[in-house]
Amino acid sequence: MKDLSLFLGCVIPNRYPGIEKATRLVLDRLGIKWSELKEASCCPAPGIFRSFDKVTWLAIAARNIVLAEENNTDILTICNGCFSSLMDANNMLKNDEALRNEVNMHLNKIDKDYKGTIEIRHIIEFLHNEIGAKNLNKLIERPLELRVAVHYGCHLLKPTKDRLLGGWECPVFFDELVEATGAKSIPYEGKTSCCGAGGGVRSSMLETSFKMTEYKLLGIKKAGVDCIVEACPFCHLQYDGGQVELEKAGKQYNIPVVHYSQLLGLAFGFTPVEVGLHLNAIRSPDFEAMIAQIQKKGMS
Amino acid sequence: MKNSEILTCFQCGTCTGSCPSGKYTSLNVRRIIKDSIKKDISEQLDLWMCTTCYNCQERCPRGIKVTDAILSLREKAVKNGKILPAHRAVCKFLIEMGHAVPIDDIHIAIREKIGLAQPETVTKYPRALKDVKTLLASTGFDELIK
Repeated sequence: MKDLSLFLGCVIPNRYPGIEKATRLVLDRLGIKWSELKEASCCPAPGIFRSFDKVTWLAIAARNIVLAEENNTDILTICNGCFSSLMDANNMLKNDEALRNEVNMHLNKIDKDYKGTIEIRHIIEFLHNEIGAKNLNKLIERPLELRVAVHYGCHLLKPTKDRLLGGWECPVFFDELVEATGAKSIPYEGKTSCCGAGGGVRSSMLETSFKMTEYKLLGIKKAGVDCIVEACPFCHLQYDGGQVELEKAGKQYNIPVVHYSQLLGLAFGFTPVEVGLHLNAIRSPDFEAMIAQIQKKGMS
Repeated sequence: MKNSEILTCFQCGTCTGSCPSGKYTSLNVRRIIKDSIKKDISEQLDLWMCTTCYNCQERCPRGIKVTDAILSLREKAVKNGKILPAHRAVCKFLIEMGHAVPIDDIHIAIREKIGLAQPETVTKYPRALKDVKTLLASTGFDELIK
């Protein structure tokens, strides 16, 4: 296995940097050999750019992949959108010579050449396949006694023929990683349904996208959980920012949203501030008090 | 995608029934597939209501790559000049900043506060941003969204 280059994307460094910080902390704690992928751009976002022009989408994705090829590292993504664009582009370019030649013609203008020598990983897929929930559980210092609604997000799972993570209707691998932290994954209606943000819907039809988000939030609220855990900053933004927008329409959910890097960070004993929970739009004093109490108990 | 694949659609409606957007919007994937065989549907706003969740593609009993078909239909709409203003704005961010969601002063300040330097992305490296711009010009993307 190659060392990893951390691919930041757009939403994490530029809107939720707390997730970036949490990821750095947990990768170091796990002893994973990683470095930042310098000079990377937008993946580019699958919803809009893949819809607009396939060759452009491939060329920008290929440039990011080549940056990692030059370091002889695999790419680690912490966003389902980045995972989707980079993995799908990588598969297409590896398997389609004509397309590869066309993209390389563009890349050659910036002295780059796609070779197809690396793999694209996602933090959830990586932890599941390389470490495993059982081994991860052994490393946990402060078991998090939380009730959690796990949201996989569409592009972590689908298309299933490319993701190779099993079926998408009732997946378990992410739930197992959540439960490895001591939390309990609570079933809820619409668990594998979309958050509503993807495909360029959030950017062009915000209210429409929130209808899908609200369906999710209703199911999650009914299940009675302490927080939502996801592994995609775009889903994170949709749930966190979406609740603020819904509040303006008099609909209160007040469910904290936590990226898995942040959850794992908390289980490793990092404080809510260290993992950037305070940077969410939706703050819950009750949730933060609960975390503080769990962490205090872990200390004694 | 080959047109012959689309032609195997027997209009069962599993795609529409599996669509999280269609529950709330006028998006009817079954009809989009049907219409796309007969005519140019570049004008249809419904095309842009798909979140690309892939439920339809996963469940299609004929194995039609339904979501990929929607992406191709969108690409055709864009080539016909049908670009939503919000999407054009996101494309311009990519062309100018190398990011669909670029950094702003508020988040530079937040990063500093939590001990993070400037992201190690094109934001920090002007030469890398120039490469991205060269690529977008080379593929004709900047012309496409003008």
